[in-house]
Amino acid sequence: MTNKEIIGNINSVESMGLVDGPGIRYVVFLQGCKLRCLYCHNPETWDINRKCESVTPSDLIKKIIRFKSYFGNDGGVTFSGGEPLLQPEFLLECLKLCKQNNINTAIDTAGVGFGEYDEILNYTDLVILDVKAVDKEDYKKITGLNMDAFNKFLSDCVRLNKKMWIRQVIVPNLNDTKESVLKLKHFVTKLKNIEKVELLPYKTIGVHKYSDLKIPYRLKGVEDMDEAKCKALEKLLI
Amino acid sequence: MSDNVMVNENLEKVKEYYSKFKGKKWRESIDVSDFIDENYTEYKGDDSFLVGKSKRTDKVWSICEKLIRKETKVHLLDVDLKHLSGIDNFPAGYIDKKNEVVVGLQTDAPLKRIVNAYGGIRMARNALKAYNKKMDAFNELIFDQGIRKTHNDGVFDAYTPDIRKARKAGLITGLPDAYGRGRIIGDYRRVALYGIDRLIEDKKADLLKPEMLIIDSEEKIRLREEVSEQIRALEKIKSMASRYGFDISLPATNAREAFQWTYFAYLAAVKENNGAAMSLGRVSTFLDIFLEKDIKEGKLTEIDAQELVDQFTIKLRLVRHLRTPDYDEIFGGDPTWVTESIGGMLDEKHSLVTKNSFRFLHSLINLDPSPEPNLTILWSTKLPKNFKKYCAKISILTDSIQYENDDVMRPIYGHDYAIACCVSAMKVGKQMQFFGARCNLAKSLLYSINEGKDEKSGAQVVDGIAKMTDKVLSYEKVKKAYFAILDKVAKTYVDALNIIHYMHDKYAYEAGQMALHDTHVERLMAFGIAGLSVATDSLSAIKYAKVSPIRNEEGIAVDFKIDGEFPKYGNDDDRVDKIAVEIVEHFITALKKHKLYRDAKHTLSVLTITSNVMYGKKTGATPDGRKAGDAFAPGANPMHGRDCSGALASLNSVAKIPYADCCQDGVSNTFSIIPNALGHDMDSRVNNLVKILDGYFIQKAQHINVNVLDREKLIDAMNHPDKYPTLTIRVSGYAVNFNKLSRAHQEEVIARTFHDKR
Repeated sequence: MTNKEIIGNINSVESMGLVDGPGIRYVVFLQGCKLRCLYCHNPETWDINRKCESVTPSDLIKKIIRFKSYFGNDGGVTFSGGEPLLQPEFLLECLKLCKQNNINTAIDTAGVGFGEYDEILNYTDLVILDVKAVDKEDYKKITGLNMDAFNKFLSDCVRLNKKMWIRQVIVPNLNDTKESVLKLKHFVTKLKNIEKVELLPYKTIGVHKYSDLKIPYRLKGVEDMDEAKCKALEKLLI
Repeated sequence: MSDNVMVNENLEKVKEYYSKFKGKKWRESIDVSDFIDENYTEYKGDDSFLVGKSKRTDKVWSICEKLIRKETKVHLLDVDLKHLSGIDNFPAGYIDKKNEVVVGLQTDAPLKRIVNAYGGIRMARNALKAYNKKMDAFNELIFDQGIRKTHNDGVFDAYTPDIRKARKAGLITGLPDAYGRGRIIGDYRRVALYGIDRLIEDKKADLLKPEMLIIDSEEKIRLREEVSEQIRALEKIKSMASRYGFDISLPATNAREAFQWTYFAYLAAVKENNGAAMSLGRVSTFLDIFLEKDIKEGKLTEIDAQELVDQFTIKLRLVRHLRTPDYDEIFGGDPTWVTESIGGMLDEKHSLVTKNSFRFLHSLINLDPSPEPNLTILWSTKLPKNFKKYCAKISILTDSIQYENDDVMRPIYGHDYAIACCVSAMKVGKQMQFFGARCNLAKSLLYSINEGKDEKSGAQVVDGIAKMTDKVLSYEKVKKAYFAILDKVAKTYVDALNIIHYMHDKYAYEAGQMALHDTHVERLMAFGIAGLSVATDSLSAIKYAKVSPIRNEEGIAVDFKIDGEFPKYGNDDDRVDKIAVEIVEHFITALKKHKLYRDAKHTLSVLTITSNVMYGKKTGATPDGRKAGDAFAPGANPMHGRDCSGALASLNSVAKIPYADCCQDGVSNTFSIIPNALGHDMDSRVNNLVKILDGYFIQKAQHINVNVLDREKLIDAMNHPDKYPTLTIRVSGYAVNFNKLSRAHQEEVIARTFHDKR
């Protein structure tokens, strides 16, 4: 069933995503996110009411199919954001169409949507889950929200035994400690079907967007996370 | 020992050596391709067998490196003023005789250039003058007194007023009317496989064939004269080799001789001709057959094999031509396009990849990156995985190789073709090309808005175009006028090339190279276009936004006001990409309406080399928002920074430009990506690059240059050239040493889109 009425609000697309999931991926950045993470480098994707590009699932899939020749046996599509779970009907329809066309699907999410995930997850091959923090206090401090929504999504993934990649952004003087990373490790070991855990070094590359959007930037003066140090921390996870 | 006994002994040696090879056809007639098919050994393994450079290579190369560094500073190291160009006109020359395993130089010293005046005496004289040198008085006299007429003089005797106007305005530029046309590939392998004597015998037999004895047309007389010239050239190649102590009358009887014989054949070509592109062809897999045999018989080690490849490569890196500073300004970096085609498939199942394919690429590691030889991978999705990965690795490490789609070319040219210059395919020894530079599509578009007048000079270049007075440009009207202009340009362009190649055959015939072709050769005439993305985006702007010309007092549009958004070529958006396709299809159809000299076949390329900077300089502001004088994008690339949907969307747009039957002389695309965008480590970068190439070529795209580097590195190199002596980058169909580019070219390269998401 294709539902012509569903219209997605897309911030942008990247035809060659090489770091958001396995292989070469077409990445769709959906508009809208409830979290207000301190280090967010895409603040322009926060406002769900901001109209960006309107597109129907069938039009989007037509574009995606043009890139099938690059996907090989591991690439595909990643729905990212913003928070892809905030446009559930659109996301579900797109995922279905991808599977109909034999395209591998991933969602890159912080797990904060509206709570009905089973159908979406049924059409998702890989969940790339951004774990902002493991502790309630840290989570609230970084995102501005409590962990309930995240926990609900995670428990659904666990129940459905979804294959997952776990990610965390590492910020100098915020969570770049051994203790913090070991806490993440402990958290991950309790989960099953985790294929990969990645630490992403914080980058100041998106800071200029805040002044463009007239939003105060709360990590002023914090420098890029040292990549070597981040790599070293990542080794603790093995 | 009498001469006869020695000849017999040598013949026995040849017989014995070749008795073990398979196949019959290649023994009966000149057919190198058949010899390769029957005898090569496909290699599917990885690069672990490769070895470093030998001590001898190290010694020879370090001498050359010093000379090249010195030359980069002074540009012209030396020139032989005594002799004129010719196959056998120069004494033997060496770099370091006792350490050279492949010998032969253009003149008696490395990097000493040749004066070639047959293309045009003015060009030769100006080139010398630029370096405070003067031509030998006697040689000069030969031309000045009309004892010998040049190609250039012939062309200008015949040019029409329309051609002159188009040339002057920069509507058609870079025409090979004052210099050697190049883009001819002799089948240099023939000398190694057959020896000179057999080739002469064959040409003599051709002269006596019934069809060659019916003399009822100019063409037949010309061909007889040419074949006689070819026979003379073959004698000269033999004589030139004897100056180095080699008798090449018989076939090579070991690997070293196979390299040496092949090189002598190529050397003859670059002694005789100063062609724009002097490409090598497809020799690596051929030479591998000899290496494999000698290695198997214990006569050669892997170190010896790599030494031969490296030293052969060194020789190719030393090829130079005498050119004017103007010429170098258009084609940055003094290129010679010693293009060698590597890889490709024999059929659906077997590739032509051998260990030697790896060794040739490995020379970029042993001898550091270099623009020459122009190593070109004939890519097929069916190539062995290990070879694909090795190519990707070498691309990432050196930025020195280019890729062309074997899966679209093989059905047209068969499996034994090679690339001349950048992207021009031809059957080796069976086809040749009449090279034709390019015309300016963006300027043509402006002519349609400006009544056929040049936007820079105001001169009436094309007649019969109606005045356009619309405040806002109408797409239908502009398109109609544009296509009418293109029809007229096509006629002028064909006229020019017909004249040029008639005169080139007459006054600067490449006898040495043509001797290594079949007598009845197929001819391709290669037209070209520049500014495709500018013309396409301009039409898109007129169609989807509101474009108002700003006209000067003479009524010429000097700028454009654009209101609203419009789709841009390079984002995989059919609304605009279709316009690009329509333009090229219209132009090739217009060209095909005109008959060509010697029944050549029309082909078309979308390739600018580095002339996109010069074309831009000569073109006024365009309706896409490009300012007057700004550089065009190179080749078929989207305009700088307008491809903003990611790298693959950009590739998809270029892949839509049709190759077969349309742009069959090549569609060039230059792709730059920063290392981190390609992956976090070498392994993932290699795997991703392989997938990108497969995905692009599955869509029938023809060509891609790959650069994996940071923009910051280029900026640093521009300011501190000494830090990057071997920094090589792909520009458009070839590679250059970044330091040899002019500042304007360096800035243009830096302004190009670098795909850098994340």
